[in-house]
Amino acid sequence: MPEALLKLREIDKHFGPVQALYHVNLDLPAGQVTGLCGDNGAGKSVLTRCIAGVHQPDHGQIYFEGRPVHIRSARDAAALGIETVYQDLALADNLDIVQNMFLGRERVRRELLDEDSMERAAAETLSSLRVTTVRSIRQPVASLSGGQRQSVAVAKAVMWNSRVALLDEPTAALGVVQTRMVLDLIRRLRDRGLAVMVISHNLSDVFEVADRIAVLYLGRMVAEGPVAEFDRQSTVEYMTTGSSGGRPVVPGGAALDGAVG
Amino acid sequence: MARSQDDPLTTMEVAPDLTAAAEVDEVPSEILAQSLGEYLRGWWARVKNGDSGVLPVVLATVVVAITFEILTPENAFLRPSNVIYIFQESTVYMVLAMAEIVVLLIGEIDLSIGSVSLLGGVIAFKLVQAPGPNWPWWGAIIGALLVCAAIGALQGSLVARLKIPSFVVTLGGFLLFSGILVLVLGGADGSVSVSASVPNQSVIYNLVQGFIDPVAGWIALAVVLAVGSSALWLRASARRRSGLVAPPQSLTVIRIALLAAVGIGVVALSDINRANIGTIAGVPWVIPIVLAVLGVWTLLLQRTRFGRYVYAIGGNPEAARRAGVSLPAIRTWVFVLSSVTAGTAGILLGSFFYGQFSTNTADPGQLVLYAVAAAVIGGTSLFGGRGKAIHGVLGGLVIGGIAYGMALLGLAAQWEYIVTGAVLLGAVLVDVLSRRGAGSGSVARA
Repeated sequence: MPEALLKLREIDKHFGPVQALYHVNLDLPAGQVTGLCGDNGAGKSVLTRCIAGVHQPDHGQIYFEGRPVHIRSARDAAALGIETVYQDLALADNLDIVQNMFLGRERVRRELLDEDSMERAAAETLSSLRVTTVRSIRQPVASLSGGQRQSVAVAKAVMWNSRVALLDEPTAALGVVQTRMVLDLIRRLRDRGLAVMVISHNLSDVFEVADRIAVLYLGRMVAEGPVAEFDRQSTVEYMTTGSSGGRPVVPGGAALDGAVG
Repeated sequence: MARSQDDPLTTMEVAPDLTAAAEVDEVPSEILAQSLGEYLRGWWARVKNGDSGVLPVVLATVVVAITFEILTPENAFLRPSNVIYIFQESTVYMVLAMAEIVVLLIGEIDLSIGSVSLLGGVIAFKLVQAPGPNWPWWGAIIGALLVCAAIGALQGSLVARLKIPSFVVTLGGFLLFSGILVLVLGGADGSVSVSASVPNQSVIYNLVQGFIDPVAGWIALAVVLAVGSSALWLRASARRRSGLVAPPQSLTVIRIALLAAVGIGVVALSDINRANIGTIAGVPWVIPIVLAVLGVWTLLLQRTRFGRYVYAIGGNPEAARRAGVSLPAIRTWVFVLSSVTAGTAGILLGSFFYGQFSTNTADPGQLVLYAVAAAVIGGTSLFGGRGKAIHGVLGGLVIGGIAYGMALLGLAAQWEYIVTGAVLLGAVLVDVLSRRGAGSGSVARA
């Protein structure tokens, strides 16, 4: 198997006396969807924020394309092509879809906004992701449904030649039809060759879309592997007890460290 | 409808404002909202969604005009001379409202613009005094506006960098600058004036009181209409050609026709002789001045990054921050530019009062209320993120009409306060109710 696009090795993170992450290893291969599971407080969000540049790990190393990297800010993450879609989506309700997608990265011509070029690029991105359900890309985000908002937030994140997409609970609070729309969108990101990480409580969504599964339990990565090695039963056991059917907890990836040096 | 699972249309999501899903299902999104009928339906959906645009203010203008026309003795309200006078008075509120709108757009409020505005006007008047500083009129205007900019930078920094609520900062500023205003005027019975007969001062005197020669007015109107309508037309058709979202052709025609009708109406009305003895005719200079302020603010807000970030901050500051927008810088600039605009209104106000400032020329507190009321009546939200510069112009006309109507009726001060307060509260009520309607469409920010 080719080397993963993004690799985390021995990541430690603590906040005061609380150890949030303990020797966490994780691989995010390109062209695959990794489902990150775990109960509340397992460390999913902290781990995501370490990749997104919001937190810095206390120990451990992140490798991007085999190179050790330090992600100190969201800007660093964006420079590597790592984009995060947080649960709150961070869309401005009063702006339209094009304006939201280009927020902070507007195209200008002679100091004036180049609306035509931005609208064209946004339309291309949306149609390439087959987000075709919006009535007009000039409608304000306030008028969109939950699924459409999620789609716009994802499209906004991936239109900048991103390589890694981190999606935090992308299907939370969505109905059945809207969930399917978002899961289809996640598959299309994978088909484009992105390394996708989906953080979700919803195991049926994870099993529907993930190629790999990683389970955090109290800050430790207790299981990680292709989705075929998991079933719902074992995943739930990993999430709630840290082990499954007597299978040992997956050891920390110490041996791998030397290989990527 | 049986479709394969991969068909994107099976995942069709319908915005809450759509009438029927099936109707939309068959039509590609690019074609929608391009015919006049569709456009009007989309507009009506937006109205129901709380984004009513300029509809309420147009209705308010009609209501104010009819009410005062009936109430005033001899139905004097809509006489040409009075209408021109209302235009002149309204321009002060229009410019003040535009100053307030930018601050409202980022979800803040500026209660000091009344006193900052008067201070700007008084400083400009002081600087052209001869004997005295005797600055050239343009130097005096620039000097006064720079003082306003400094005030805006100070208040803006307190709000943006020290995170003090703008309400508190500008309430303090309101009292502070009201006091300084009296000091600059030279005490409670101080005053300052510019004269129409001193060439350097007459430019400032004529900003509101001067009129454009009727012939020149018509020529200017023709040029403005030709340039404006061809720009509207060319831009809309260029966007339509390249498949971008554009209003239907018929709507562009209607817009151009409305623009022409309003322009011709104003110029024709201004050219009716309104003097009892001799001739007074022509468009007041202040009308093109207000249009220029409107143009600058519309350009800044709609076509620049600065404007886009202003709206983004008003809509969702966290989204703007994550997008890399410097919130303190944008917020501070908003206060600076708002204060400069307020200073402009102050200079116009002095000119409107026949070139004279005294301590009871205008009540800075009432000016603020009028400015906020004009902004909100015009369609700008008190809650940030929704509003345009044109709302200030339309709302300012309504407020100017009310102010003049009350003066014409000779209402006592207490009734003026009651009417002003009621108008402000009514406008805010409309804003809150329409926002509640719009809120039902949003999910993620709940």
